[in-house]
Amino acid sequence: MPTLVVNGAERSFDGDEDMPLLWYLRDELGLTGTKFGCGVAQCGACTVHLDGAAVRACVTPMAAALGTTITTIEGLSPDGNHPVQVAWRDLNVSQCGYCQPGQIMQAASLLKDNPNPSDEDIDSMMSGNICRCGTYPRIRAAIKQASTGGRP
Amino acid sequence: MTGRNELELVVANVSRRAFLAGIAAGSLVLAVGLPSEARAQEKKFGADGMPNGWRDDPRIFVSISPDGLVTVTCHRQEMGQGVRTSIAMVVADELEADWSKVRVAQAQGDEARYGNQDTDGSRSLRHFFMPMRRAGAAARAMLEQAAASQWGVPVQEVRAQEHAVLHEGTGRRLDYGVLATAAASLQVPARETLKLKDASSFRYIGKDRIGLIDNQDITTGKALYGIDARADGMLHAVIARPPVFGGRVKSVDDAETLKVPGVVKVVQIAPPDIPSEFQPLGGVAVVARNTWAAMQGRDKLKIVWDDGPHASYSSDTYRAELEAAARKPAKVVRNQGDVDAAMARAVKRVEAEYYIPHLAQSPMEPPAALVQIKDGKCEAWACVQAPQATRTRLSERLGIPEENVTVNVTLLGGGFGRKSKPDFVIEAGLISQAMGGTPVKVTWTREDDLRHGYYHTVSVERLEAGLDERGMPVAWLQRSVAPTIGSIFAPDPKHELPFELGMGLVNAPFAVPNVRMENPEATAHTRIGWFRSVSNVPHAFAIQSFVAELAHAAGRDPKDYLLDLIGPARIIDPTEIGDAWNHGEDPKLYPIDTGRLRQVIETAAAGIGWGRNLPQGHGLGIAGHYSFVSYVAVAAEVRVDGDRLVIPRVDIAIDCGPRVNPDRIRSQMEGAVIMGVGLATASEISFKNGRVEQNNFDSYEVTRIDTAPREIHVHLVASHDYGHPLGGVGEPGVPPVAPALANAVFAATGKRIRRLPIRDQFLA
Repeated sequence: MPTLVVNGAERSFDGDEDMPLLWYLRDELGLTGTKFGCGVAQCGACTVHLDGAAVRACVTPMAAALGTTITTIEGLSPDGNHPVQVAWRDLNVSQCGYCQPGQIMQAASLLKDNPNPSDEDIDSMMSGNICRCGTYPRIRAAIKQASTGGRP
Repeated sequence: MTGRNELELVVANVSRRAFLAGIAAGSLVLAVGLPSEARAQEKKFGADGMPNGWRDDPRIFVSISPDGLVTVTCHRQEMGQGVRTSIAMVVADELEADWSKVRVAQAQGDEARYGNQDTDGSRSLRHFFMPMRRAGAAARAMLEQAAASQWGVPVQEVRAQEHAVLHEGTGRRLDYGVLATAAASLQVPARETLKLKDASSFRYIGKDRIGLIDNQDITTGKALYGIDARADGMLHAVIARPPVFGGRVKSVDDAETLKVPGVVKVVQIAPPDIPSEFQPLGGVAVVARNTWAAMQGRDKLKIVWDDGPHASYSSDTYRAELEAAARKPAKVVRNQGDVDAAMARAVKRVEAEYYIPHLAQSPMEPPAALVQIKDGKCEAWACVQAPQATRTRLSERLGIPEENVTVNVTLLGGGFGRKSKPDFVIEAGLISQAMGGTPVKVTWTREDDLRHGYYHTVSVERLEAGLDERGMPVAWLQRSVAPTIGSIFAPDPKHELPFELGMGLVNAPFAVPNVRMENPEATAHTRIGWFRSVSNVPHAFAIQSFVAELAHAAGRDPKDYLLDLIGPARIIDPTEIGDAWNHGEDPKLYPIDTGRLRQVIETAAAGIGWGRNLPQGHGLGIAGHYSFVSYVAVAAEVRVDGDRLVIPRVDIAIDCGPRVNPDRIRSQMEGAVIMGVGLATASEISFKNGRVEQNNFDSYEVTRIDTAPREIHVHLVASHDYGHPLGGVGEPGVPPVAPALANAVFAATGKRIRRLPIRDQFLA
């Protein structure tokens, strides 16, 4: 049976391989931290890491996820203390919080590739993640705090 | 004022449900005058005037376990405004609790127990600051009494401090956890005996840097929203709803749907009676073992629809209808002086028309709810702003007594007014019932959310002013025309309700001697609903844009002109200028204070450096607006960069009276600016042949991080007198944003924006 690794645990899957990873995570595994916001890769609420790269789970079919390693918000760090998560809490970034798992996963990916991003880098890498509450100023500040440039 | 108007006033002011009760008793009630129950409520204001009022009993809101953990029950719904944190701060402060030992439990929908729970109208702290202080103070007094009794000393000799009660004379100390059981057995002290803390000894109220109570859960993915609810054996449903409001299923062929692996059943939902209020739109539900299978099954349904009476609703022709209505005399809703005579004498006349389209709230969490029915009892888990209304409507529609209906409120992934309407929970209830009570979760897709919403109204605002030789208005004529939210509650009303007119139209506090405002008729062809700040959006956009147009006509600085138009600092009784609604608040307690409006305008202007030299292509704009009994001004800087409109900086100043949670006031202002930028520059819901033209966030555009202002500076205009009444926070930041931006575009380009969204109108 085809398998994939989700947050460190190997999982087997024998369902419809057209099903997006999002619904496998949410409905089958109960990992509801990955959110549904649009279903067409327009909002970023479903962002997870696939083999370390940020992808939109809502348009990633299981066929593409099988054989890979998936990290969701629940598995980003063992204790919830990834520097991005810590910065998010320090600055009270969240309002309703619904989009924030996707924002955090996208930001963690951004900082892995670019540890000291400019404002333009942040615009370019975070503009696929919508926050309807309007937390963008604090998202920007939290990314900078979590960046190498933001560390004392 | 006629009896009809009075009833509408009471209805809008006091109780959505009182209104509904009136309708249920027969819509004639609207025409025959004021029912005695409504008359009895007429003089009640604030929380007293809301259905089921308020409670301050500590036994309802505070519990302390033997290990010392304090649990505050929050009966208002969390949708990003931070109410779970802020309510807990208030209770914990009066309780002298250690914040690290405070937890929050979310109340179920039960207004008989908790008082009003409708989380809308920017009311939670405005109405519950004092009751929650009293609940905390009463619990503190009970702990003190328990300690005094245990020590056998007079209660006057002990005092609560930081999660323990101390006896000064002997240095003895008992932690709250130790005292909890004894304290719980005591009588709740009488309200008038409670000693509230002096503001100088607040630990949390008014203090910054309090961490959000849900921070850990949100940042680790553990926070649970309506869409995350799960139950054993749960099935998933999505629904094909009529593409046109008022439509119904003519025929359905579900043969292909039932072949989709995982699809369990297809269930029809009956269309609602009109007015449809909070009832589902009807349609065809596909029930499946997972959400994806349900979506696949829905795609394969072959449905023939009867589109019903609104199939010709198209935004372009409707706009022309609204404009035509705005050009003719209509129902007068405010009349002061003699506008016609003053207009005839005016040195100069200026007129303009503004158009503001439908909008969708589009919270990031689309509507979603789980319902199960077991042993005659219905239990729902749902992201709802109005859990009691949800409970009542579930009970009525499912035929289950209300005491057997439980509504558990999850976190809301945004609300903005959409989730005040529990149609989506009723859908889940009906499908569960059709499935023999099996737990069923209904999920709305984004397309569902945008195509089947309760939309912000669409409006035309026509303004005419007659100016004197100094360029100041001596006459102000405004016609505001928009389909009313009342259309979801009453059969085909044509006029805006007092609560809509009172949102920045009839209560515009200008020093103009002759003012007439009119409300022409408009017919609703879709569901109209609350959208964050509601009718303040069109009223503020039109009025604050028009003021800048007048300033231009007078050759004056727009900020100075706006201040002159507001006039000197003075107190205005809103009822004397035509607003008997006043956001439901006592006009004596909450008059309009033009000094406070002036101050926020001055503050925002100073913040952005009003009057500074700007590079070519930059412009500054300003707007000030009073709503939800708070005062907000926005100053915006824009820059035209090729075909892009860039917003380098926005300053927003708010005076909302005394502050409970300054960090959440700031975050609400930041969010209001960003939502305001979205509706000003990009967002529009439009109809063609009765159908919404937008599908998803590619066509319904909202602000993203790269189109948001790079800098937002929030200025909290100080008030530290906690004896003063609180103003609203969640909504009043939104209305001044769009006109400030449009005015900045004019300053930058000379192009006057009279239609939202701005999109590329700034290009020549």
